[in-house]
Amino acid sequence: MKEMTCIVCPNGCRLKVEVADGNYVVDGNLCKRGISFAVQEIEDPRRSLCTTVKTVFKEIPRLSVRTDGEIKKEMLPLLMNSLRKVEITELLDIGAVILTDVLGSGVNVIATASLRQQMAYVKR
Amino acid sequence: MSYECDVLVIGAGPAGLAAAVAAYDTGARVEIIEREDRPGGILKQCIHDGFGVIRFGEKLSGPEYAARYIDMVEKRHIRIRTKTFVTHMEKKDGFFFTQLVSRTGIEMIKSRSVILAAGCRERTGRQIFIQGSRPAGILTAGTAQYFVNMKGYLPVKRCVILGSGDIGLIMARRLTLEGASVEGVYEIKPEPSGLPRNIAQCLEDFEIPLHLSHTVMRVNGENRVESVEVAQVDAAFQPINGTERVIPCDGLVLSVGLIPENELAESIGIEIDRSTNGPVVDQSLMTSVDGFFSCGNALHVNDLVDYVSESAEIAGRNAALKSGVKRELSRIKKSENFAYLVPQLVDMKRIEEKMIFYFRPGKSAGKGTLRIFGDGREIMKQVFKRLNPAEMERIEIEKDTLEHLNGEIRFDLTTEG
Repeated sequence: MKEMTCIVCPNGCRLKVEVADGNYVVDGNLCKRGISFAVQEIEDPRRSLCTTVKTVFKEIPRLSVRTDGEIKKEMLPLLMNSLRKVEITELLDIGAVILTDVLGSGVNVIATASLRQQMAYVKR
Repeated sequence: MSYECDVLVIGAGPAGLAAAVAAYDTGARVEIIEREDRPGGILKQCIHDGFGVIRFGEKLSGPEYAARYIDMVEKRHIRIRTKTFVTHMEKKDGFFFTQLVSRTGIEMIKSRSVILAAGCRERTGRQIFIQGSRPAGILTAGTAQYFVNMKGYLPVKRCVILGSGDIGLIMARRLTLEGASVEGVYEIKPEPSGLPRNIAQCLEDFEIPLHLSHTVMRVNGENRVESVEVAQVDAAFQPINGTERVIPCDGLVLSVGLIPENELAESIGIEIDRSTNGPVVDQSLMTSVDGFFSCGNALHVNDLVDYVSESAEIAGRNAALKSGVKRELSRIKKSENFAYLVPQLVDMKRIEEKMIFYFRPGKSAGKGTLRIFGDGREIMKQVFKRLNPAEMERIEIEKDTLEHLNGEIRFDLTTEG
């Protein structure tokens, strides 16, 4: 039996997972998302990544970004390394793509703040 | 210069923005005051995701959640006065006179209502009495978060985190991803104070140990932190002899609790609830001073921004309504095992379609049963699968259930395990 905490929502259910006849039996979940999380976590654990990248703007030196989906857990440090090389030179909006198809995962890294909107306030 | 509005909102974080939108949509002329150079409040630096699951059905990052509300405010052309501070407030002839200082100088704004949405601040090392000198490298989790996420600086290379609050857990992961080493998280209580999912995804994912019933005894170092001394504590939180351990590090990050920001509320004589450190309010989130409302983390510290927005909308909507009728308030009674219950007051004459309560249990428990009595009769019963002080609970009571009561409401919580 394997125990884990579901990270899908703030409830954070403590899941107990057992394999019986090749099927997973999940207990402790308050909703069905806990079951798919448990199966995914055992077979191929994935996480999203939230971090920042450098900008050329002295008023707002960092832009917050995130993956628009989940990537394999072991890819997190590799993605952090690729993002260290990025420098933003334009006043991007929320959702602007920073990196496409990272490490062949099909997942993109997108901006989670609008430099254009924030700069309009800062310059006021 | 002086000018007028119906509702003055203090703070342009998630609470202030949502309150302003709700007040505007109810028909009020609204102004927002913000001391920083842009709206968004603490969400600007909360770059991690998990915000908005309840409100928007999506896992947003903090800046994205804030932007949703900034867009709503901009669409309504509600003015946000940035880099503006409140220096004084008084109530005269039923109006609030708020003195502001900004680049344009000193101004006075006259308003019918005020919504205090100033959020909360972090408890610091001084407030938890750590021994030792005051070298560089001791910082709150929020300050560490500001340096890393807003400025792009790494303030520590190898650190210890004291306290297992959510921001501390989030920063353990963040500092690790940015290349710092987090030796461990130390929590004086026998249970973590952050959400279970943050223990899992911020500590367990990165193999960062969590030491419960442990605390930091002393910080060593003259100009810069050189080491900290930790020890195990007993049930009375007293250090156990022989368990001391010195950990070489260059930083101590504190995540030891949040305190609602209410200096302004206290300055005009608002009653504060000692269990929340926020104002005592009725169901419209009006404080003990007529026309003065509180919401978000200034009212009580929330785990989820979704509930900050919800309380802000209640305050915003009610602050916009004109009412000359005197309130008839009665105090809600509760059993001993609540850490807190908000609102604390009820005006039976003014129940909206439902009344929303937020509470935390005093102690961690398994199953809990909440029974609510009105005029001595049970009017509602709700079972909670697991109760934990780290997780705020929310309940609704429908108007039909409440409207025939005289005003005696009692909350009774029984817990197992």
